Amino acid sequence: MKYLLMMCGDETAEEHANEGCGGWTEEMERRGVVRGGAGLRPPSEATTVRVRDDELLLTDGPFAETKEQIGGFVMIECADLDEAIEIAAKHPVAGYGTIEIRPLLDPPPGVV
Amino acid sequence: MTFEQLYRQEWGQVVATLIRVTGDWELSEECAQEAFAAALERWPRDGVPDRPGAWLTTTARNKAVDWLRREAVGAAKLKEVAALDHASGQPYDVPDDRLRLMFTCCHPALAMEARVALTLRTLAGLSTAQIARAFLVPEPTMSKRLTRAKQKIQHAGIPYRVPPAHLLPERMPAVLAVLYLLFNEGYSDVVRSSLSSEAIRLARLLVQLMPDEPEAAGLLALMLLHDARRDTRLDADGVLVTLEDQDRTRWDHSLITEGENLLEAALRRGAPGPYQVQAAIAACHASARTAADTDWPQITALYGRLKQTPVVALNRAVAIGMADGPAVGLRLVDDLAAGPLAGYHLLPATRADFLRRLGRFQEAATSYREAIALATTDAERRYLERRLAEVSA
Repeated sequence: MKYLLMMCGDETAEEHANEGCGGWTEEMERRGVVRGGAGLRPPSEATTVRVRDDELLLTDGPFAETKEQIGGFVMIECADLDEAIEIAAKHPVAGYGTIEIRPLLDPPPGVV
Repeated sequence: MTFEQLYRQEWGQVVATLIRVTGDWELSEECAQEAFAAALERWPRDGVPDRPGAWLTTTARNKAVDWLRREAVGAAKLKEVAALDHASGQPYDVPDDRLRLMFTCCHPALAMEARVALTLRTLAGLSTAQIARAFLVPEPTMSKRLTRAKQKIQHAGIPYRVPPAHLLPERMPAVLAVLYLLFNEGYSDVVRSSLSSEAIRLARLLVQLMPDEPEAAGLLALMLLHDARRDTRLDADGVLVTLEDQDRTRWDHSLITEGENLLEAALRRGAPGPYQVQAAIAACHASARTAADTDWPQITALYGRLKQTPVVALNRAVAIGMADGPAVGLRLVDDLAAGPLAGYHLLPATRADFLRRLGRFQEAATSYREAIALATTDAERRYLERRLAEVSA
């Protein structure tokens, strides 16, 4: 199963931006479950894009003004949701922010 | 055994096995349904097979294989079925598909209401309509809730297994809550008493699996202590008999002893939880030789240790009323009348009982009428009507 881990937090989470992941990345790389990911610059530097009636609409800032914003993401591949939960719970963000686990949509037959 | 009883007994096992073999919840339910329909058609003609459960599982399984063959995606899926079939030969922690189904239905990644509904549907075989009635929501809402839960299990990769030992403690409370609900479904309705037996059977398995979990033992003790009184709760005419008037010589004393022993051993672990406290209350009732011997102060104290939900508050009011007199009880019940218990039939029924004990028959009659209008079972309604006739005479 493939899952996207979305690391969320409020503005106080930015304090932790340069703390690293306390051995999490090393353990997960060793286990071979990480398929990619990155930390993100703050939402104040985001640009939101929409095209409506052929018109390009740009907005300064994130797509939703919520208290919690995505600060990073990791794509993982593991056995099942229990393992995904275990992986997410070990990540430092789980200790001060929130991690949303989303299973990836299966690609339609023939695409992969 | 009637077909209805057989359905209740075998449904969970058939669905649980099919889910393990096909990995598809909707398909498993549909094929189980079809197998029961086939049985209903064939058995009156050909006779009931020696092992009806095995017949049903085989029939449902064949239907699943047929269905997968007909489908375009069948080939890949059939391979999967074969692989899963192979996997089922591997040793599991617990050799019971129903337990595996229960832990999966009770996975903490599902909302609590979805866990309960899913267990009642897939394990106990209650219809969506019955579950909707039990939880006071419209049937389409319940149907959506069940579909969403099954889709999440499948698409989010919730594993179909009994969790490994280190995860069991955090998975237990949800399972216990569901089992207790299941027990009560069967306990409040004579027709579906097999649900209680099923809950007890699964609780026994749990206690065997987790001998160090006192709340599992507490729940089993609670169920056994209630179950011991099962046959005395209705008279020959099917009218409810209250605890006070039950023939205590007809209580199942071997079940009571078993319940008391389980509870005692659980309490010795020094981690009392809500199920152990409730079992202790049930044990107070079970060990009283006569109704007058009941240790109401002790029961009052025990209710005080439970989370004070409106229903617990009502039960505590009853215990205080029995200890300190009906006038005190009545005052406490009236305090609860404005709260979330409005419309709950046991509120006017309790009020009527205290008024009757106080000899205020006219007011009691009014409350009995109110309770009768709200009563949910025929046995209760007829008991209340009998009381109403008494105070009206």
